[in-house]
Amino acid sequence: MIKARVTVTLKNGVLDPQGKAIEHALGGLGFSGVGQVRQGKVFDVVLETSDRAKAEAELKDMAAKLLANTVIEDFSVEVL
Amino acid sequence: MKAAVVLLPGLNRDRDMIAALTKISGQAPQTVWQTESAIDDDVDLIVIPGGFSYGDYLRCGAIAARMPVMQAVREKAERGTRVIGVCNGFQILLEAGLLPGALMRNASLKFVCREVRLEVANADTAFTRGYSQGQIIRCPVAHHDGNYFAEADTLKRIEDGGQVAFRYTAETNPNGSVNNIAGIVNEAGNVLGMMPHPENLIESAHGGADGRALFEAALGLVDA
Repeated sequence: MIKARVTVTLKNGVLDPQGKAIEHALGGLGFSGVGQVRQGKVFDVVLETSDRAKAEAELKDMAAKLLANTVIEDFSVEVL
Repeated sequence: MKAAVVLLPGLNRDRDMIAALTKISGQAPQTVWQTESAIDDDVDLIVIPGGFSYGDYLRCGAIAARMPVMQAVREKAERGTRVIGVCNGFQILLEAGLLPGALMRNASLKFVCREVRLEVANADTAFTRGYSQGQIIRCPVAHHDGNYFAEADTLKRIEDGGQVAFRYTAETNPNGSVNNIAGIVNEAGNVLGMMPHPENLIESAHGGADGRALFEAALGLVDA
């Protein structure tokens, strides 16, 4: 079994109103000096294989086909 | 012309859409459940209504776009059948890659449920020929994720190609959409996606009928 993590983030240049709201809320809590917050998603995936290379290729395929919308999002795959 | 309406779990505007199509076309549309892939051969217009398919899990429309019925819609669209996606239906068409761009969380972060004004940005499409160029119509909106976005080169292509069918008037843009875009067609001109709900403004009981001409055109009831 292989555990992996797929991280999906908004592409640079894509406005992130939710990140902006979180940024303001952090300021309101007294955390000064927060330059920017961008919100993303994390998927923890368990694969029934021991072939790390195959797992990584498959996870990239999953991310491109479903987990991320590549019009607005980038993704990275990390086999743990 | 015969219409079909796609049904998915979590949609909630399907009955409004079926009622509108029945009243305007004079016959009840075929209904196609998400796991079905058989759309009748004589269907000339497929409509994907609004709602919250799959609870908006992952991203709005993301799961629905990958169901068997959408493969059937894709094949029909490639052969020239007209397709309309309203609200969640628009999100599904974008996720399915049948239209360019993406819809993001409203800039205000609030769900908006109100009436807006739409400008007919291109009256020379299969869906808008019942209106005049630049005509301002009323239309209701109800959504949380209607903030249209496309990368600069994609945006230029759809603007230059006349693919913007409807724009919000600047003062009624409810969601922060780039260039006030409310609805777009694909390059071939047979697929329309829009956030506003024209099916909810088709008769006097609705308080107006500004949306009716869209369905009349799509159903071939307006002279080309």
